Amino acid sequence: MSSTLIINILRFVLLVITQVLIFNNLNFLGFINPFVYVIFFYWYPIKTNRAIFMLSAFLLGLAIDIFSDTLALNALASVTIAYARPSIMRFCFGVNYDFQSFSFKNTTKVQRVTFLTLLVILHHLIFFSFEILSIAHILLILKKVLATGMVTLILCVLFSSLFSPKSE
Amino acid sequence: MQRIINFVLRYRNTFLYVFFAFIALVMTIRSHSYHQSKFFNSSRWVSGSIYGAGADVSSYFNLTKENKRLVEENQRLRKMLFNAQFDSIQPLDSTLAVYQVLDAKLIKNSFTSPRNYVTIDKGESDGVHQDMGVITTDGILGIVENVSNNFATVQSVLNTKSNINAKIKGTEYFGSLIWDAKNYRVVQLIDIPRLVPVVVGDTIVTGGMSSIFPENVPIGTIKKYDLNASQSFYNIDVELFSDMANIKNVYLIENRDKEEIEELESRTIE
Repeated sequence: MSSTLIINILRFVLLVITQVLIFNNLNFLGFINPFVYVIFFYWYPIKTNRAIFMLSAFLLGLAIDIFSDTLALNALASVTIAYARPSIMRFCFGVNYDFQSFSFKNTTKVQRVTFLTLLVILHHLIFFSFEILSIAHILLILKKVLATGMVTLILCVLFSSLFSPKSE
Repeated sequence: MQRIINFVLRYRNTFLYVFFAFIALVMTIRSHSYHQSKFFNSSRWVSGSIYGAGADVSSYFNLTKENKRLVEENQRLRKMLFNAQFDSIQPLDSTLAVYQVLDAKLIKNSFTSPRNYVTIDKGESDGVHQDMGVITTDGILGIVENVSNNFATVQSVLNTKSNINAKIKGTEYFGSLIWDAKNYRVVQLIDIPRLVPVVVGDTIVTGGMSSIFPENVPIGTIKKYDLNASQSFYNIDVELFSDMANIKNVYLIENRDKEEIEELESRTIE
Protein backbone atom coordinates (compact mmCIF):
# COMPACT_ATOMS: atom_id res chain seq x y z
CA MET A 1 0.00 0.00 0.00
CA SER A 2 2.72 2.41 0.99
CA SER A 3 4.72 1.52 -2.12
CA THR A 4 1.79 2.77 -4.25
CA LEU A 5 1.89 6.00 -2.27
CA ILE A 6 5.62 6.46 -2.84
CA ILE A 7 5.28 5.63 -6.53
CA ASN A 8 2.53 8.21 -6.89
CA ILE A 9 4.47 10.93 -5.07
CA LEU A 10 7.51 10.22 -7.25
CA ARG A 11 5.32 10.29 -10.34
CA PHE A 12 3.82 13.59 -9.22
CA VAL A 13 7.21 15.28 -8.80
CA LEU A 14 8.73 13.82 -11.97
CA LEU A 15 5.69 14.73 -14.06
CA VAL A 16 5.73 18.34 -12.80
CA ILE A 17 9.43 18.66 -13.58
CA THR A 18 9.26 17.09 -17.05
CA GLN A 19 6.15 19.13 -17.86
CA VAL A 20 7.58 22.52 -16.92
CA LEU A 21 11.18 22.02 -18.01
CA ILE A 22 10.65 20.04 -21.21
CA PHE A 23 7.12 20.01 -22.55
CA ASN A 24 6.26 23.62 -21.74
CA ASN A 25 9.23 24.66 -23.88
CA LEU A 26 8.49 22.40 -26.80
CA ASN A 27 6.63 25.04 -28.84
CA PHE A 28 6.16 22.57 -31.66
CA LEU A 29 4.94 24.37 -34.82
CA GLY A 30 5.06 27.57 -32.81
CA PHE A 31 2.17 26.89 -30.45
CA ILE A 32 1.90 23.24 -29.41
CA ASN A 33 2.94 22.56 -25.81
CA PRO A 34 1.50 19.16 -24.91
CA PHE A 35 0.22 18.53 -21.37
CA VAL A 36 1.87 15.20 -20.81
CA TYR A 37 1.07 15.27 -17.08
CA VAL A 38 -2.47 14.15 -17.97
CA ILE A 39 -1.05 10.63 -17.92
CA PHE A 40 -1.04 10.91 -14.10
CA PHE A 41 -4.79 10.39 -14.23
CA TYR A 42 -4.38 7.35 -16.44
CA TRP A 43 -1.80 5.77 -14.14
CA TYR A 44 -3.50 6.59 -10.84
CA PRO A 45 -4.81 3.46 -9.06
CA ILE A 46 -8.37 2.57 -9.94
CA LYS A 47 -9.66 1.56 -6.51
CA THR A 48 -9.01 4.68 -4.59
CA ASN A 49 -10.43 7.27 -2.28
CA ARG A 50 -11.94 9.81 -4.65
CA ALA A 51 -11.44 12.72 -2.27
CA ILE A 52 -7.69 12.13 -2.06
CA PHE A 53 -7.58 11.63 -5.83
CA MET A 54 -9.23 15.01 -6.41
CA LEU A 55 -7.00 16.70 -3.86
CA SER A 56 -3.87 15.35 -5.54
CA ALA A 57 -5.28 16.39 -8.92
CA PHE A 58 -5.80 19.92 -7.63
CA LEU A 59 -2.29 20.08 -6.20
CA LEU A 60 -0.75 18.68 -9.39
CA GLY A 61 -2.58 21.25 -11.50
CA LEU A 62 -1.68 24.07 -9.15
CA ALA A 63 2.00 23.08 -9.09
CA ILE A 64 2.10 23.29 -12.88
CA ASP A 65 0.16 26.58 -12.80
CA ILE A 66 2.71 28.15 -10.49
CA PHE A 67 5.50 27.23 -12.87
CA SER A 68 3.79 28.28 -16.06
CA ASP A 69 1.99 31.42 -14.75
CA THR A 70 -1.38 30.16 -15.89
CA LEU A 71 -3.42 31.31 -12.84
CA ALA A 72 -5.34 28.16 -11.78
CA LEU A 73 -6.28 26.80 -15.20
CA ASN A 74 -4.41 23.53 -14.94
CA ALA A 75 -5.85 23.00 -11.45
CA LEU A 76 -9.38 23.49 -12.79
CA ALA A 77 -8.87 21.14 -15.73
CA SER A 78 -7.19 18.46 -13.58
CA VAL A 79 -9.85 18.48 -10.88
CA THR A 80 -12.51 18.15 -13.55
CA ILE A 81 -10.94 15.11 -15.17
CA ALA A 82 -10.31 13.60 -11.75
CA TYR A 83 -14.00 14.04 -10.94
CA ALA A 84 -15.11 12.71 -14.33
CA ARG A 85 -12.72 9.75 -14.40
CA PRO A 86 -15.12 7.11 -12.95
CA SER A 87 -17.79 8.01 -15.51
CA ILE A 88 -15.28 7.93 -18.34
CA MET A 89 -14.01 4.54 -17.14
CA ARG A 90 -17.55 3.20 -17.00
CA PHE A 91 -18.03 4.40 -20.57
CA CYS A 92 -14.80 2.82 -21.82
CA PHE A 93 -14.52 -0.41 -19.83
CA GLY A 94 -18.18 -1.20 -19.21
CA VAL A 95 -20.13 -1.16 -15.95
CA ASN A 96 -18.17 -3.87 -14.17
CA TYR A 97 -14.85 -2.06 -14.01
CA ASP A 98 -15.05 -1.48 -10.27
CA PHE A 99 -15.14 -5.21 -9.51
CA GLN A 100 -12.19 -6.66 -7.66
CA SER A 101 -10.89 -8.62 -10.61
CA PHE A 102 -10.62 -5.65 -12.95
CA SER A 103 -7.20 -4.56 -14.12
CA PHE A 104 -5.80 -2.82 -17.18
CA LYS A 105 -4.39 -6.16 -18.33
CA ASN A 106 -7.87 -7.46 -19.12
CA THR A 107 -8.71 -4.55 -21.38
CA THR A 108 -8.01 -4.11 -25.04
CA LYS A 109 -5.64 -1.51 -26.44
CA VAL A 110 -8.56 0.29 -28.09
CA GLN A 111 -10.35 0.65 -24.75
CA ARG A 112 -7.27 2.12 -23.09
CA VAL A 113 -6.59 4.55 -25.90
CA THR A 114 -10.23 5.65 -25.86
CA PHE A 115 -9.97 6.23 -22.12
CA LEU A 116 -6.82 8.30 -22.57
CA THR A 117 -8.34 10.23 -25.51
CA LEU A 118 -11.39 11.23 -23.49
CA LEU A 119 -9.22 12.36 -20.56
CA VAL A 120 -7.02 14.44 -22.87
CA ILE A 121 -9.89 16.03 -24.79
CA LEU A 122 -11.81 16.97 -21.65
CA HIS A 123 -8.70 18.43 -20.04
CA HIS A 124 -7.73 20.45 -23.10
CA LEU A 125 -11.25 21.71 -23.75
CA ILE A 126 -11.51 23.10 -20.23
CA PHE A 127 -7.98 24.44 -20.18
CA PHE A 128 -8.12 26.32 -23.48
CA SER A 129 -11.71 27.59 -23.11
CA PHE A 130 -10.95 29.15 -19.75
CA GLU A 131 -7.55 30.34 -20.87
CA ILE A 132 -8.99 32.48 -23.64
CA LEU A 133 -12.48 32.93 -22.16
CA SER A 134 -14.03 34.49 -25.24
CA ILE A 135 -16.61 33.17 -27.70
CA ALA A 136 -15.04 35.26 -30.47
CA HIS A 137 -11.94 33.06 -30.32
CA ILE A 138 -13.87 29.77 -30.65
CA LEU A 139 -11.93 28.72 -33.76
CA LEU A 140 -8.62 29.42 -32.05
CA ILE A 141 -9.75 27.34 -29.05
CA LEU A 142 -10.78 24.41 -31.25
CA LYS A 143 -7.55 24.59 -33.23
CA LYS A 144 -5.51 24.53 -30.04
CA VAL A 145 -7.55 21.71 -28.48
CA LEU A 146 -7.23 19.53 -31.58
CA ALA A 147 -3.58 20.19 -32.34
CA THR A 148 -2.29 20.10 -28.77
CA GLY A 149 -4.60 17.21 -27.88
CA MET A 150 -3.26 15.14 -30.75
CA VAL A 151 0.36 15.64 -29.69
CA THR A 152 -0.47 15.04 -26.01
CA LEU A 153 -2.27 11.83 -26.91
CA ILE A 154 0.60 10.49 -29.00
CA LEU A 155 3.11 11.29 -26.26
CA CYS A 156 0.87 9.80 -23.55
CA VAL A 157 0.40 6.55 -25.51
CA LEU A 158 4.16 6.35 -25.95
CA PHE A 159 4.75 7.07 -22.27
CA SER A 160 2.16 4.55 -21.14
CA SER A 161 3.75 1.77 -23.16
CA LEU A 162 7.27 2.81 -22.15
CA PHE A 163 6.68 2.95 -18.40
CA SER A 164 3.75 0.61 -17.82
CA PRO A 165 3.21 0.29 -14.06
CA LYS A 166 3.92 -3.21 -12.78
CA SER A 167 1.51 -3.07 -9.86
CA GLU A 168 -1.60 -2.98 -12.04
CA MET B 1 -31.86 16.69 9.22
CA GLN B 2 -30.99 13.03 8.74
CA ARG B 3 -31.93 13.31 5.10
CA ILE B 4 -29.81 16.39 4.55
CA ILE B 5 -26.80 14.66 6.07
CA ASN B 6 -27.43 11.57 3.97
CA PHE B 7 -27.74 13.74 0.89
CA VAL B 8 -24.45 15.51 1.61
CA LEU B 9 -22.71 12.20 2.34
CA ARG B 10 -24.00 10.66 -0.85
CA TYR B 11 -22.83 13.50 -3.03
CA ARG B 12 -19.71 14.36 -1.05
CA ASN B 13 -17.45 13.90 -4.06
CA THR B 14 -19.56 16.26 -6.13
CA PHE B 15 -19.45 18.81 -3.36
CA LEU B 16 -15.71 18.42 -3.12
CA TYR B 17 -15.40 18.88 -6.87
CA VAL B 18 -17.55 22.01 -6.79
CA PHE B 19 -15.42 23.33 -3.94
CA PHE B 20 -12.12 22.78 -5.78
CA ALA B 21 -13.50 24.09 -9.07
CA PHE B 22 -14.79 27.17 -7.26
CA ILE B 23 -11.36 27.92 -5.76
CA ALA B 24 -9.70 27.45 -9.15
CA LEU B 25 -12.30 29.63 -10.89
CA VAL B 26 -12.01 32.41 -8.34
CA MET B 27 -8.24 32.41 -8.69
CA THR B 28 -8.55 32.46 -12.47
CA ILE B 29 -11.33 34.97 -13.00
CA ARG B 30 -10.15 37.45 -10.41
CA SER B 31 -6.76 37.60 -12.04
CA HIS B 32 -8.31 37.83 -15.52
CA SER B 33 -9.74 41.20 -14.73
CA TYR B 34 -6.90 42.38 -12.56
CA HIS B 35 -3.28 41.34 -12.43
CA GLN B 36 -1.29 38.19 -12.62
CA SER B 37 -1.82 36.00 -9.58
CA LYS B 38 0.14 37.61 -6.75
CA PHE B 39 1.07 34.46 -4.88
CA PHE B 40 1.04 31.75 -7.51
CA ASN B 41 3.55 32.91 -10.06
CA SER B 42 6.93 31.74 -11.21
CA SER B 43 8.89 34.47 -9.47
CA ARG B 44 8.53 32.49 -6.24
CA TRP B 45 11.60 30.94 -4.72
CA VAL B 46 10.99 27.25 -5.49
CA SER B 47 9.85 27.69 -9.08
CA GLY B 48 12.41 30.43 -9.72
CA SER B 49 15.27 28.24 -8.52
CA ILE B 50 14.16 25.24 -10.57
CA TYR B 51 13.85 27.41 -13.69
CA GLY B 52 17.24 28.91 -12.88
CA ALA B 53 18.81 25.46 -12.75
CA GLY B 54 17.09 24.53 -16.03
CA ALA B 55 18.29 27.74 -17.69
CA ASP B 56 21.84 27.13 -16.49
CA VAL B 57 21.90 23.95 -18.55
CA SER B 58 19.98 25.11 -21.60
CA SER B 59 21.83 28.42 -21.93
CA TYR B 60 24.91 26.54 -23.19
CA PHE B 61 23.09 25.32 -26.26
CA ASN B 62 22.89 28.66 -28.02
CA LEU B 63 25.82 30.57 -26.60
CA THR B 64 27.30 31.17 -30.05
CA LYS B 65 24.09 32.62 -31.46
CA GLU B 66 23.53 34.74 -28.38
CA ASN B 67 27.08 36.11 -28.47
CA LYS B 68 26.71 36.97 -32.13
CA ARG B 69 23.52 38.86 -31.38
CA LEU B 70 25.12 40.83 -28.56
CA VAL B 71 28.11 41.70 -30.74
CA GLU B 72 25.77 42.91 -33.47
CA GLU B 73 24.00 45.08 -30.96
CA ASN B 74 27.30 46.46 -29.68
CA GLN B 75 28.31 47.25 -33.24
CA ARG B 76 25.04 49.11 -33.83
CA LEU B 77 25.43 51.08 -30.61
CA ARG B 78 29.07 51.90 -31.38
CA LYS B 79 28.04 53.22 -34.76
CA MET B 80 25.43 55.41 -33.14
CA LEU B 81 27.93 56.59 -30.56
CA PHE B 82 30.59 57.56 -33.10
CA ASN B 83 28.10 59.40 -35.27
CA ALA B 84 26.27 61.15 -32.45
CA GLN B 85 26.65 64.88 -32.19
CA PHE B 86 27.73 65.18 -28.60
CA ASP B 87 27.10 68.35 -26.76
CA SER B 88 30.29 69.17 -24.88
CA ILE B 89 28.41 70.43 -21.84
CA GLN B 90 26.21 67.33 -21.62
CA PRO B 91 26.82 65.73 -18.22
CA LEU B 92 28.21 62.21 -18.24
CA ASP B 93 27.48 61.76 -14.57
CA SER B 94 25.36 58.61 -14.34
CA THR B 95 23.56 59.83 -11.22
CA LEU B 96 22.01 62.59 -13.32
CA ALA B 97 20.78 60.25 -16.06
CA VAL B 98 17.00 59.86 -16.13
CA TYR B 99 17.05 56.31 -17.41
CA GLN B 100 18.96 53.59 -15.65
CA VAL B 101 19.60 50.24 -17.36
CA LEU B 102 20.01 46.84 -15.68
CA ASP B 103 20.73 43.55 -17.38
CA ALA B 104 19.04 40.21 -16.76
CA LYS B 105 18.73 36.75 -18.23
CA LEU B 106 15.51 35.04 -19.16
CA ILE B 107 15.03 31.80 -17.27
CA LYS B 108 11.54 31.00 -18.52
CA ASN B 109 10.10 32.08 -21.84
CA SER B 110 6.49 31.70 -22.95
CA PHE B 111 4.73 32.89 -26.10
CA THR B 112 2.02 30.37 -26.90
CA SER B 113 -0.69 31.19 -24.38
CA PRO B 114 -2.95 34.25 -24.61
CA ARG B 115 -1.41 35.65 -21.42
CA ASN B 116 2.31 35.17 -21.57
CA TYR B 117 4.62 35.90 -18.67
CA VAL B 118 8.35 35.39 -18.79
CA THR B 119 10.62 35.01 -15.76
CA ILE B 120 14.00 36.71 -15.34
CA ASP B 121 16.86 35.98 -12.93
CA LYS B 122 17.02 39.40 -11.23
CA GLY B 123 14.82 40.47 -8.35
CA GLU B 124 14.35 42.98 -5.60
CA SER B 125 17.88 42.50 -4.26
CA ASP B 126 19.25 43.58 -7.66
CA GLY B 127 17.12 46.72 -7.76
CA VAL B 128 14.26 45.41 -9.89
CA HIS B 129 10.80 46.63 -9.01
CA GLN B 130 7.31 46.57 -10.45
CA ASP B 131 6.53 48.46 -13.70
CA MET B 132 10.06 48.63 -15.03
CA GLY B 133 10.24 48.37 -18.82
CA VAL B 134 11.99 45.33 -20.30
CA ILE B 135 13.61 45.34 -23.75
CA THR B 136 15.59 42.79 -25.73
CA THR B 137 18.57 43.47 -27.97
CA ASP B 138 16.18 44.13 -30.87
CA GLY B 139 12.97 45.59 -29.47
CA ILE B 140 10.62 45.66 -26.54
CA LEU B 141 9.61 42.67 -24.44
CA GLY B 142 7.23 43.85 -21.71
CA ILE B 143 6.76 45.29 -18.23
CA VAL B 144 7.82 43.85 -14.86
CA GLU B 145 4.79 42.57 -13.01
CA ASN B 146 5.77 40.62 -9.87
CA VAL B 147 9.07 40.75 -8.04
CA SER B 148 10.49 38.37 -5.44
CA ASN B 149 13.89 38.56 -3.82
CA ASN B 150 15.89 37.02 -6.64
CA PHE B 151 13.46 36.68 -9.52
CA ALA B 152 10.84 38.68 -11.35
CA THR B 153 8.03 37.93 -13.78
CA VAL B 154 7.49 40.13 -16.81
CA GLN B 155 4.16 40.64 -18.56
CA SER B 156 5.13 40.17 -22.19
CA VAL B 157 3.71 42.32 -25.02
CA LEU B 158 2.25 39.00 -26.09
CA ASN B 159 -0.39 39.26 -23.40
CA THR B 160 -4.02 40.20 -23.99
CA LYS B 161 -3.79 42.44 -20.91
CA SER B 162 -0.76 44.30 -22.23
CA ASN B 163 -1.35 47.87 -23.37
CA ILE B 164 1.67 49.93 -24.34
CA ASN B 165 1.85 53.43 -25.73
CA ALA B 166 3.37 53.39 -29.23
CA LYS B 167 3.66 55.69 -32.22
CA ILE B 168 4.73 55.73 -35.85
CA LYS B 169 8.39 56.70 -36.00
CA GLY B 170 8.99 60.28 -36.98
CA THR B 171 5.43 61.42 -36.25
CA GLU B 172 3.66 62.29 -33.02
CA TYR B 173 0.56 60.17 -33.71
CA PHE B 174 0.35 57.63 -30.95
CA GLY B 175 -1.90 54.67 -30.23
CA SER B 176 -2.08 51.60 -28.03
CA LEU B 177 -0.19 48.40 -28.67
CA ILE B 178 -2.30 45.34 -27.90
CA TRP B 179 -2.25 41.66 -28.85
CA ASP B 180 -5.05 39.52 -30.28
CA ALA B 181 -3.43 36.23 -29.14
CA LYS B 182 -3.29 34.86 -32.68
CA ASN B 183 0.31 35.08 -33.85
CA TYR B 184 3.34 35.55 -31.64
CA ARG B 185 5.20 37.52 -34.31
CA VAL B 186 2.46 40.11 -34.83
CA VAL B 187 0.91 42.62 -32.40
CA GLN B 188 -1.75 45.25 -33.09
CA LEU B 189 -1.56 49.01 -32.91
CA ILE B 190 -4.96 50.64 -32.49
CA ASP B 191 -6.34 54.18 -32.14
CA ILE B 192 -4.21 55.74 -34.86
CA PRO B 193 -6.47 58.40 -36.46
CA ARG B 194 -7.58 57.95 -40.06
CA LEU B 195 -5.92 61.11 -41.33
CA VAL B 196 -2.44 59.81 -40.57
CA PRO B 197 -0.56 58.63 -43.66
CA VAL B 198 0.23 54.96 -42.94
CA VAL B 199 2.62 53.00 -45.16
CA VAL B 200 3.38 49.29 -44.98
CA GLY B 201 6.95 48.89 -43.75
CA ASP B 202 6.99 51.97 -41.52
CA THR B 203 8.67 51.54 -38.17
CA ILE B 204 6.68 51.58 -34.92
CA VAL B 205 8.44 52.81 -31.78
CA THR B 206 7.36 53.42 -28.20
CA GLY B 207 5.65 56.75 -27.59
CA GLY B 208 6.57 59.33 -25.03
CA MET B 209 3.25 59.18 -23.20
CA SER B 210 4.23 56.47 -20.75
CA SER B 211 6.73 56.81 -17.97
CA ILE B 212 7.78 53.16 -18.33
CA PHE B 213 9.63 53.10 -21.64
CA PRO B 214 11.82 55.89 -22.99
CA GLU B 215 10.65 57.36 -26.28
CA ASN B 216 11.72 55.75 -29.57
CA VAL B 217 12.50 52.23 -28.44
CA PRO B 218 11.96 50.14 -31.60
CA ILE B 219 8.98 47.77 -31.61
CA GLY B 220 8.40 46.54 -35.16
CA THR B 221 7.30 47.37 -38.69
CA ILE B 222 3.82 47.80 -40.15
CA LYS B 223 2.75 44.59 -41.81
CA LYS B 224 -0.76 45.50 -42.91
CA TYR B 225 -3.48 47.91 -41.89
CA ASP B 226 -7.20 48.54 -42.27
CA LEU B 227 -9.83 50.82 -40.78
CA ASN B 228 -11.75 49.71 -37.72
CA ALA B 229 -15.53 49.21 -37.54
CA SER B 230 -16.29 52.90 -37.03
CA GLN B 231 -14.09 53.81 -40.03
CA SER B 232 -12.27 56.51 -38.09
CA PHE B 233 -9.22 54.74 -36.68
CA TYR B 234 -6.69 52.34 -38.11
CA ASN B 235 -6.07 48.81 -36.88
CA ILE B 236 -2.44 48.18 -37.73
CA ASP B 237 -0.70 44.81 -37.65
CA VAL B 238 2.86 45.28 -36.43
CA GLU B 239 5.52 42.65 -37.04
CA LEU B 240 7.82 42.60 -34.01
CA PHE B 241 11.57 43.16 -34.29
CA SER B 242 12.34 40.86 -31.36
CA ASP B 243 12.05 37.17 -32.05
CA MET B 244 9.89 36.32 -29.05
CA ALA B 245 10.62 32.61 -29.37
CA ASN B 246 14.33 33.09 -28.86
CA ILE B 247 15.32 35.55 -26.15
CA LYS B 248 18.12 35.19 -23.66
CA ASN B 249 19.58 38.52 -22.55
CA VAL B 250 17.28 41.40 -21.71
CA TYR B 251 17.64 44.92 -20.32
CA LEU B 252 15.49 46.51 -17.65
CA ILE B 253 14.88 50.22 -17.88
CA GLU B 254 14.18 52.34 -14.87
CA ASN B 255 12.85 55.84 -15.22
CA ARG B 256 14.04 57.86 -12.25
CA ASP B 257 11.44 60.55 -12.82
CA LYS B 258 8.62 58.03 -12.86
CA GLU B 259 7.50 58.49 -9.27
CA GLU B 260 7.49 62.22 -9.60
CA ILE B 261 5.48 62.06 -12.83
CA GLU B 262 2.98 59.62 -11.37
CA GLU B 263 2.55 61.56 -8.18
CA LEU B 264 1.94 64.75 -10.13
CA GLU B 265 -0.55 63.01 -12.40
CA SER B 266 -2.50 61.48 -9.53
CA ARG B 267 -2.64 64.84 -7.79
CA THR B 268 -3.91 66.50 -10.96
CA ILE B 269 -6.72 63.97 -11.38
CA GLU B 270 -7.90 64.51 -7.82
